[in-house]
Amino acid sequence: MSTNDFLLTLSSLTAVSGYEHVSLTEIKKFFQPYCDLVYDDKMGNIIGVKKTKTKTPHKVMLAAHMDEIGLMVKSIDEKGFIKFTNIGGVDQRLLLAQEVIVHGKEELFGVISAKPPHLQSKEEANKAVKMEDLVIDVGMEAEKVKKLINIGDIVSFRSSLTTLMNKYICGKSMDNRVGVAVMIECLKELNRQDIDVELYAAATVQEEVGLRGATVISYDINPDIGIAIDVCHGDTPDVSKDETYVTSKGPVITLGPNIHPKLAKKIMNIAKEYNIPFQTDVDPGNTGTDAWAIQVTRAGIPTLLVSIPLRYMHTTVETVCYNDIANAGKLLAIFIRKLEGELGELLCY
Amino acid sequence: MIELLNKLTQCYGPSGNEEVIREFIIKEIKEYVDELVVDPLGNLIARKKGNGKKIMFAAHMDEIGVIVTYIEKEGFLRFANVGGISPYFSLFQRVKFKNGTIGVIGYEEKIKEMKDLNIDKMYIDIGVKNREDAEKLINVGDVACFVGDFYENGNKFTSKALDNRLGCYILIEVIKSSANFSNDLYFVFTVQEELGLRGAKTSAFSITPDYAIAVDVTDTGDTPGSKTMALELGKGPAIKVKDNSIITHPFIKNLMVDTAKEKNIPYQLEVLERGGTDAGAIHITKGGIPSGVLSIATRYIHSPCETVDQDDVKNAVLLLSAIASKKFN
Amino acid sequence: MLLKMLTQAMGVSGNEQEVRDIILKEIHGHCDGITVDRIGNIIAYKKGTANKNKKVMLSAHMDEIGLIVTGITDTGFIKFKPVGGIDSRILLSKKVLIGENKIPGVIGIKAIHLQDPSEREKAIKVKNMYIDIGAKNKEDAEKNVHLGDYIGFDSDYIPFGDNLIKTKALDDRVGCAILIDMLKERYACDLYAAFTVQEEVGLRGAGVAAYTVNPDVALVVEGTTCSDVPGAEEHESATYLGSGPAISIMDRTSYSNKKLSQFLYELAKKNNIKVQYKRTTFGGNDAGKIHVTGEGIPTAAISVPCRYIHSPTSVMSLEDYEACKKVVQLFLYGIENFEIKKWEVIK
Repeated sequence: MSTNDFLLTLSSLTAVSGYEHVSLTEIKKFFQPYCDLVYDDKMGNIIGVKKTKTKTPHKVMLAAHMDEIGLMVKSIDEKGFIKFTNIGGVDQRLLLAQEVIVHGKEELFGVISAKPPHLQSKEEANKAVKMEDLVIDVGMEAEKVKKLINIGDIVSFRSSLTTLMNKYICGKSMDNRVGVAVMIECLKELNRQDIDVELYAAATVQEEVGLRGATVISYDINPDIGIAIDVCHGDTPDVSKDETYVTSKGPVITLGPNIHPKLAKKIMNIAKEYNIPFQTDVDPGNTGTDAWAIQVTRAGIPTLLVSIPLRYMHTTVETVCYNDIANAGKLLAIFIRKLEGELGELLCY
Repeated sequence: MIELLNKLTQCYGPSGNEEVIREFIIKEIKEYVDELVVDPLGNLIARKKGNGKKIMFAAHMDEIGVIVTYIEKEGFLRFANVGGISPYFSLFQRVKFKNGTIGVIGYEEKIKEMKDLNIDKMYIDIGVKNREDAEKLINVGDVACFVGDFYENGNKFTSKALDNRLGCYILIEVIKSSANFSNDLYFVFTVQEELGLRGAKTSAFSITPDYAIAVDVTDTGDTPGSKTMALELGKGPAIKVKDNSIITHPFIKNLMVDTAKEKNIPYQLEVLERGGTDAGAIHITKGGIPSGVLSIATRYIHSPCETVDQDDVKNAVLLLSAIASKKFN
Repeated sequence: MLLKMLTQAMGVSGNEQEVRDIILKEIHGHCDGITVDRIGNIIAYKKGTANKNKKVMLSAHMDEIGLIVTGITDTGFIKFKPVGGIDSRILLSKKVLIGENKIPGVIGIKAIHLQDPSEREKAIKVKNMYIDIGAKNKEDAEKNVHLGDYIGFDSDYIPFGDNLIKTKALDDRVGCAILIDMLKERYACDLYAAFTVQEEVGLRGAGVAAYTVNPDVALVVEGTTCSDVPGAEEHESATYLGSGPAISIMDRTSYSNKKLSQFLYELAKKNNIKVQYKRTTFGGNDAGKIHVTGEGIPTAAISVPCRYIHSPTSVMSLEDYEACKKVVQLFLYGIENFEIKKWEVIK
């Protein structure tokens, strides 16, 4: 599978938070070639395990959430239009004229409709349309709609993958399928190599609604090191350079209270040594990623956060540069390969 | 039904002060359970032993209230909220302390616009002359609940604290029913839900059930000019799909829906846009516990006039009993 | 002096190393076991003398609020973000120390002469502030300062007024100082002193420590807010300075175990030590995570009132501090025989 095809398939899968299981089998397939064991837990997290010959090995967990933001059916009106609520952080301004799939008894195509502009007052036209005033039109009579669609059914965004110049790729749910792609790239790099630690690659659920999958999977695995892989804001003309990272300039390593300082130093040194480009992000508290949940699990877990710069987060045109994904995968693979024997010194304060 | 529910709602039990309501529930259910314990946070855990799956049913027994933070020279009590209190709902309401002292909530009249009303500018009048007299009755840190009589209105009930004595009632009825349950059942009356699902978190940790179902009240969309929500009083208990604290595990959602269909019990599906309940804390405990919520559509939540439909309550008891009796592989 | 040494040390959340080193040195030789866990908490253990000991955890957080380096401008000024809850208006015209080598810097501001009258009315946002370390340019600054370096306030320890002191980081080095002193004696109960990390960014260390220790009871020793000053209405003040340690009833993160709180209050009263309840309910502390750890842990909190908490110029009464220490000690002596059960079996 070429890199593009690989991301194309990953990002086209539907895995709205809480309903990731509909793509369980498909996502597992990506792990199977490179893992000794692939399983899913009670919440639907998918875990690929790469074993080691070391006796009583240390455990390293990679965690990238596979869920995506979406919508949920809230009510159906007498004409068959569907009112909805959001799952995860959805910007209501970009909902207008969006194409969606309603996952009812069948998958139904729909468009998000609103009052046409020529019927709106000047004042109205200058304001963002509120989510509560929007409806989904599935083009059917109310009776049929109610037969096929239930309250609580999931709605996902419909968007196909587009390749831009310079290996830039754009589509829905790149947040955080690119994180899953990084894990696969890392596993590929490690394929048929012996490592001294037991590696758990976890595609986690329900990050977008509160880091819930990472919370339980880190309790279950209780790793010695937890590495969250997510996306961060890429550079665009409307945001200051201070708040963004340059796409194509390499993965981003976070520093701050959420991150174990020695681990961060080690991975940055490795990047320098192997000439892998990287950028540094400083987060003064809650990183809002799986890393935040992992760190305080049980007796505490030393944590790293590696991110891929991504433009237009939480839209249907999320854009990344594939080079960053490949570099992140490579960097993590070398980092893991270099963990050997006693981690004590590395992890102690 | 009326008598027990009446007593349950009228019991004193603001979050962190669940002693009275807990004692009441202990007396109600002691004869009907195999084990009964109070855990370190004050949750009441009742067990009916069985061989099947370990299932936890949770209903919080705490209610919202107010806590005294300062006593003015003139004897007025300043207060803070215990749980989610609206200043508008609280104004000119009566509150009742554990020792029976009753007060009325007033506000500083210099406030010009109601939108500026907040509880820092409000006080409780307990009818005393000065601080000294007040201190004979009340100390800083004392907690009061709202006053709201229980009454039957047609096919509906109105009272304070139906959130969530109604859930407690449903659990008690299931405990008392003579049904032949095939599972190992833990009925947990949790504390401090209104302060952040605290009791549910610790009790789920110590029980570690296979599945969990919380029973609580939820909003409706059936009053004039209400927000859009596909729930109505009297259309059956609600099976939660999502709120801010949980997206119901599909297995549990289907279990509840299928059971309702099998037993011909009416039900509604619930999507709640804000708020959460005990299941939110339970389902992410340890390695994860598949959890769901059985909700009762309730009007005017967190007011002294919470209102529910009698049939929804009866059907909730039937549905929960049926789930408790379910055989799992 | 212990309190001076502790408050002058730098320990912004996530970078408690210096404080941890001082504490480890101070408690060395006084404990039966000391571990530093994987998130940086110190857990010191002292075996009790009774046969069947209660397991008691005292908890105080080592970290303090501060800043962190997020960027360096081309002209060599340092950009930063706050770590923990800081009112950004207190930052202007303050001295700071950056990184391991404590590079001095100042938070500057455009002179009043150069401001529009309207500018003077507005609070400046942190993203428009900067630190001047005297660097010529970015390259020059990078010799001494790095992304992710933690920044602490430079504020000396000054005794003043009626037995008061001013310094930074009283929240919660007062707790650390008390815990260190408590470890110097032996009690009937088993004592676990947890010096926790990252309280100011979300009570991060305490839950982890409580999970490891799993005590029968826990007492959080803190510095708490005291707003008995003009501008605050009397009913809005949580505590009074000079009225003794404050025992928490309820705050945003926990409802204290009522039996334990009452026990503490009565201990103080019985021994003629000044004591007060913390009356308002805002704020929170490590108790918020500890009491809901595992199957639940009966937890209370006692605090020394501090004016201007979360600023470089925190003020505390030494009398309150000494009184707090006494109450904590009486608590440790008395807790073994105090009736408090985790589980109550009814049937």
